[in-house]
Amino acid sequence: MRRYSAFAIAREALRYHAGWEKAWASPEPRRKYDVVIVGAGGHGLATAFYLGRNFGITNVAVIEKGWLGGGNTGRNTTIIRSNYLQDPSAAIYEKSRSLYETMSQDLNYNVMYSPRGVMMLAQTQAEVRGYLRTAQANTLQGVTTRFIDPPEVKKLVPIINLDGPRYPVLGALWQDRAGTARHDAVAWGYARACSDMGMDIIQQCEVTAVRREGGRVVGVDTSRGAIDCDKLGIVVAGNSGVMAERAGFRLPIDSVALQALVSEPIKPCMDVVVMANTVHGYMSQSDKGEMVIGGGADGYNNYTQRGSFHHIEETVRALVETFPMVSRLKMLRQWGGIVDMTGDRSPILSKTPVEGVFINCGWGTGGFKATPGSGWAMAELMAKGHSPLAEAYTLDRFREGRFIDESVAAGVAH
Amino acid sequence: MSTRLATGGRLIDRSRLQSFTFNGARMTGFAGDTLASALLANDRMMLGRSFKYHRPRGLVASGAEEPNALVGLGHGARFEPNQRATTTELFDGAQMISQNHWPSLEYDIGAVNQAFARFLPAGFYYKMFLFPRVFWKHVYEPFVRQSAGLGKAPDAETRDADTYEHFYAYTDVLVIGGGVAGLQAALAAGRTGARVLLIEQTPHWGGRAPVDGGEVADQPVDDFVNQCVADLEAMPNVTLRTRCMGAGVYDHGYVLGYERISDHAPGMDGPRHRLWRIRARQVVTATGAIERPLSFAGNDVPGVMLASGLRDYVVNWGVSAGDRTVVVTNNDDAYRTAIALRHAGLEVPVILDARAAGGGALADAARELGIRVENGKGIARVTGSKRVTGVAICAQAGEGAVLEEVPCDAVAMSGGWSPVVHLWSHCGGKLTWDEGSAMFRPDADRAPTGHDGAPFVTACGAANGEFDLAAILKDAHAAGQAAARATGHKPGRKAAPKAQAGEEAPLEPVWLMPQGAGIKLRMKAWLDYQNDVKVSDVQLAAREGYESVEHTKRYTTLGMATDQGKLSNINGLAILSDALGQPIPQTGTTTFRPPYTPISFGAIAGEARGPLFQPIRRTPIHDWHEAQGAYMEPVGQWQRPYCFPQPGESHDDAVAREIRATRDSLGLLDASTLGKLIVKGPDAGRFMDMMYTNMMSTLAVGKCRYGLMCSENGFLMDDGVVARLSDDTWLCHTTTGGAERVHAHMEEFLQTEWWDWQVYVVNVTEQYAQFGVVGPNARKVLEKLGGVDVSKEALAFMQWTEGTLAGVDSRIFRISFSGELSYEIAVPASMGRAFWDRLLTAGKEYGVTPYGTEALHVMRAEKGFIMIGDETDGTVIPQDLGLNWAISKKKDDYIGKRAQARSHMVDPDRWKLVGLETLDGSVLPDGAYAVGEGVNANGQRVVQGRVTSTYHSPTLDRGIAMGLVLHGPDRMGEVLEFPRLDGSVVQARLVDQVWYDKDGDKQNV
Amino acid sequence: MLILHCPYCGVMADETELHGGGEAHLTRHGPGSSDEEFHDYLFAKENPRGVHFERWRHVNGCGKWFHAARDTATLEVFGTYSAQTTEPPQAIRDAITARRPGWTWRHLAGSAK
Repeated sequence: MRRYSAFAIAREALRYHAGWEKAWASPEPRRKYDVVIVGAGGHGLATAFYLGRNFGITNVAVIEKGWLGGGNTGRNTTIIRSNYLQDPSAAIYEKSRSLYETMSQDLNYNVMYSPRGVMMLAQTQAEVRGYLRTAQANTLQGVTTRFIDPPEVKKLVPIINLDGPRYPVLGALWQDRAGTARHDAVAWGYARACSDMGMDIIQQCEVTAVRREGGRVVGVDTSRGAIDCDKLGIVVAGNSGVMAERAGFRLPIDSVALQALVSEPIKPCMDVVVMANTVHGYMSQSDKGEMVIGGGADGYNNYTQRGSFHHIEETVRALVETFPMVSRLKMLRQWGGIVDMTGDRSPILSKTPVEGVFINCGWGTGGFKATPGSGWAMAELMAKGHSPLAEAYTLDRFREGRFIDESVAAGVAH
Repeated sequence: MSTRLATGGRLIDRSRLQSFTFNGARMTGFAGDTLASALLANDRMMLGRSFKYHRPRGLVASGAEEPNALVGLGHGARFEPNQRATTTELFDGAQMISQNHWPSLEYDIGAVNQAFARFLPAGFYYKMFLFPRVFWKHVYEPFVRQSAGLGKAPDAETRDADTYEHFYAYTDVLVIGGGVAGLQAALAAGRTGARVLLIEQTPHWGGRAPVDGGEVADQPVDDFVNQCVADLEAMPNVTLRTRCMGAGVYDHGYVLGYERISDHAPGMDGPRHRLWRIRARQVVTATGAIERPLSFAGNDVPGVMLASGLRDYVVNWGVSAGDRTVVVTNNDDAYRTAIALRHAGLEVPVILDARAAGGGALADAARELGIRVENGKGIARVTGSKRVTGVAICAQAGEGAVLEEVPCDAVAMSGGWSPVVHLWSHCGGKLTWDEGSAMFRPDADRAPTGHDGAPFVTACGAANGEFDLAAILKDAHAAGQAAARATGHKPGRKAAPKAQAGEEAPLEPVWLMPQGAGIKLRMKAWLDYQNDVKVSDVQLAAREGYESVEHTKRYTTLGMATDQGKLSNINGLAILSDALGQPIPQTGTTTFRPPYTPISFGAIAGEARGPLFQPIRRTPIHDWHEAQGAYMEPVGQWQRPYCFPQPGESHDDAVAREIRATRDSLGLLDASTLGKLIVKGPDAGRFMDMMYTNMMSTLAVGKCRYGLMCSENGFLMDDGVVARLSDDTWLCHTTTGGAERVHAHMEEFLQTEWWDWQVYVVNVTEQYAQFGVVGPNARKVLEKLGGVDVSKEALAFMQWTEGTLAGVDSRIFRISFSGELSYEIAVPASMGRAFWDRLLTAGKEYGVTPYGTEALHVMRAEKGFIMIGDETDGTVIPQDLGLNWAISKKKDDYIGKRAQARSHMVDPDRWKLVGLETLDGSVLPDGAYAVGEGVNANGQRVVQGRVTSTYHSPTLDRGIAMGLVLHGPDRMGEVLEFPRLDGSVVQARLVDQVWYDKDGDKQNV
Repeated sequence: MLILHCPYCGVMADETELHGGGEAHLTRHGPGSSDEEFHDYLFAKENPRGVHFERWRHVNGCGKWFHAARDTATLEVFGTYSAQTTEPPQAIRDAITARRPGWTWRHLAGSAK
């Protein structure tokens, strides 16, 4: 793989960029792989990448029914944070965040990780107590956060209205090494690195069945023929239930639409990410200058990647209230993605009833920020059979009543 | 130069001058101008700078598709960035500034990027800025961010001076677009008697047909348009709106309309924008078509415009873009521009028709006017930087060898037309590639479907790929009739009006000009003007494997600018298809997403701002609280007093005073927000036993019992005192935020699980005002009010009674959440304030003291009572809180019982509730954790408990706390360490959580 | 923005009047049930891409719960019906079969064309 750098660009510029090679190969599927990953989104590609990088497993195919990175990886609001309350959540999200710190260098692909800071507003006394608790927990979890007062909020976010007549800002939980990254680049960077390790990324190929023998996976049938494998990883957010059914089990998951929107680009006016859970909205400003905005999910099963406009309305209303100056900005584009909602709103990273089949799903509204950590843990789980980061996230936990509930601090937003 | 012509301009009123400024320079235009036409009339061709290279950018189009002419409009509380000059009407006093340059539009430092353009190809940033790592945050990203954005951000403290509103509309047929197709469709539908709503985004009816000319039913198009509008206005079942854009089509016939009521007259009375939330049974999209640019080198130089746009400026606004205009085209329509220019007395040195065979009748007409026409020719490159100075002509079939240079100051280009399929596509309508016209058009067989699975959108006219006037009217007529028929209305026999049909020679697709353009030309051939995406960028993306149209879009940013690719998308994907060697339909399009053009956040938020942001629930005492200067806190939708600080008093001091007064004498609490649910019916007792963990069916009439309610998952969700009112009636108190949730929980089980049980549940929360009368003098004050015997004998602890207290019908519960002698008195809400006033008057001699939620919390903590939301967080079960006494052992079942039998729920290692007593008397920090030994497998500090409630107790004058601790109740007396956020550690001993009056002597008097 | 017909008050109710209640026709398992049964009752979801039966409440309306048969891939509503039933009525099943021959959901199935 030819390395990317400013010098490479200068060299190529002299020959009008005719010499760039493909970022990733598009091979025909082979008959057999050690590991097949279904789903070439961020999580699936990260899983493949760490299988190769950490465990030397490179006889891997990543199969994608559409185009790589075309699901939720390319539809989210790119927020990265790890200020979670429960230990298992903080562990995997902080691992993920720390991997983002060096991802551009690790992948030789600039994913534009921007640790600009994420602020979660406390607008009720209950939220103040909840975030104080989170700050306490984070300290012990090795996650650097702190609770800041309204003047500091205003200093960090000059466009905020502290004295909303309905929900005044009472403080905020602040994580200064949290931030954003360029979502597509994460998928592309992993894809390029996987391809470079000799893995096959097979796009436009749908897995139609999971072949089993004696309770154990032996391969998959796809729209481009049968492929054998020893281990199968299902990493298909938004489509998890459908794939699980093809593998012969059911999941504690509902698929619902989550929407986001962007404004027209304006000159920089907000340097940090602000989340306001009481009023159901969050906002950051992209490097292009667009205000990137998200809110709550729809309340019914939906696979259309379209959502209901009243959620957009609710979100925009919340942001006009919180940042009055946005009133005269304009919504450029809205879109939807399909997210997996589990019984406790936390993910599943687990073995399954089918031996050799592993599932990674249920990230709800928080998948993008988890991408590298999720891949790291999934790779370890698939390679070694267990992973400390994944340990709490088994399918069994619903049977045992062992929930990982972030509702205390998480509210709606990611 | 561009200028106002002496005559012409069908939309302007030359008698009404409008003055305005652009970058401070004073200019004038006419009523009826757009910002764009007025600027062009004042020889302002260059209006801004592009996003990446800061190239000079001028007007390209005349409508919603304009990518370049974005200005900052207005000032102060009415400043708005990125206002599209082509779709905003001129008004007197308009102030415009150009965007994305420093220090000025003419001399822009950022333009240095042009010199490095070769080093900044598509996606360059993914390959750069990689080392060293810390540089990204501190050097590279600040640089990237400073060059970001287009328009200036409004000032941080700006408060929008305008208001916005929402409308609801229900209609049988919604017609979007008021051109001739929309008008005809609306007429056809309206004549059936169907309810019709017709909306048009501009202030004018007729679309571009009046510009293009022709005759309908033997009259000029203009007259036909006027007749249509008059006919429609006369129909009572038809509603017409101009300045109202169809912004988005959503599931089940939900459509957003965006009406710009006063953008053309800022400051006038009423709202600025109105968001229409329309439910339409059928939608007809008559949204027209957008002309495509041609991709030749220098096609972004100011002065290169769409042929149709140039024609619009001449015909509609009497403005010429230049004196000498070269026309370049691959179809017949652009000849209309040449003819219009010549009729206006302007020069057209040459028409370059890329088609070897040339044009049809319109070409002949142009030749008859003496215009030189060159077939099979194209533009090799445009000369000029801030303004076109000429074109170099080449053979379209070649590689760009210059045959001739022609001086000119404007270029009119036409690459064919693309139907506006956005609204068709928003909700899942599919497209089909029309090879003949080289365009995607709606596939009628794969229309968006509604709730009944039937198609609900019909495209017609140019939006459906019909460009001939006669065909448009026929198509629109059929669409209007079909839509009405689908809503159960019967169309008559009236046919579409006849129009004169002009024969046009077929278009020939031209995706690159000249066909064999080399890399140097392709690097100057723009696809996306605003985002600076060129032909070479798309080809690079394809070469690097970004083969999906979505990959290419995201890698190059093609079509992601504020025009959302209205001009660039089709050209871009044609280039991509060519690079991949596959047909265009195989490449497909990116997804069309709402809104069609950007709509204001203000309009989306509507009236819901400030105090109206969310409804506020008020108790009957709310105004009194505010008059006392209470510090209010939001609790659910309610506002409750947190405390009642006196002048000069801190909140902490106020809370302490309130507690002391209550414990010493008499406190008053407005508890009206507590949820109150009546559960009644023959099966109510059985139902109550399922809802609560306690046995409620055995509760005697006249008695009260503290009850716990769990979710089916076993978690404690609410608590409160239940009173049995009669044999078949229970009154359930819930938490303030919980009434609606608990009510819904009960209804869900009643309606969907035990629907054969005869039980009714009613939420009477707001029917009653309820007050806590608390403290050693509570009984005395009630006796003073008189009317009900509240003695110990008549009304024992955990009993209730009713009667007329102080002349008011009252229900009196003898319950206590503070540990004091305490009554809760419920009176009809309408009597709440009067009763409150009587309590205050009667209590004066006891120093009656209203207290707020914080005093309530502290006093309950002093008594060791749990609080939902503090001791519970959705993961806690009653057994964790030592509340086993409130869980009936006799019952077979209750909601949550089975869940609580799961392995993790019966795990002896669950954390359990205890009191926490700091050794130094200090207050434990909120949410602090008790640490154990070492770290876990993920390197996190091992914890063995956490604080759930912590306060300074004025009564004990020390910190008190409760918490959940591993094996807590078995470890009484042990000391645990709680780190503070500053790194220091507090030590606290595990103790009983009841701090005050453990034996209940105070409350049982 | 869905609209559903409320079988109780008879109106076509806008989604903003409604509250989605998840999968329909669950069999409640209480004390005495196996871990498997209880788990499946609360957590095992059909969540199909296609024909689905679900519960809704007309919360900002008559307050009644009802059932809907809906396609999660197209959002087509085949019909709504009473909440007081353990299985969809035949008329609803026929309506689905007319539109989606060969549909299946849990143990339910419509005939192929």
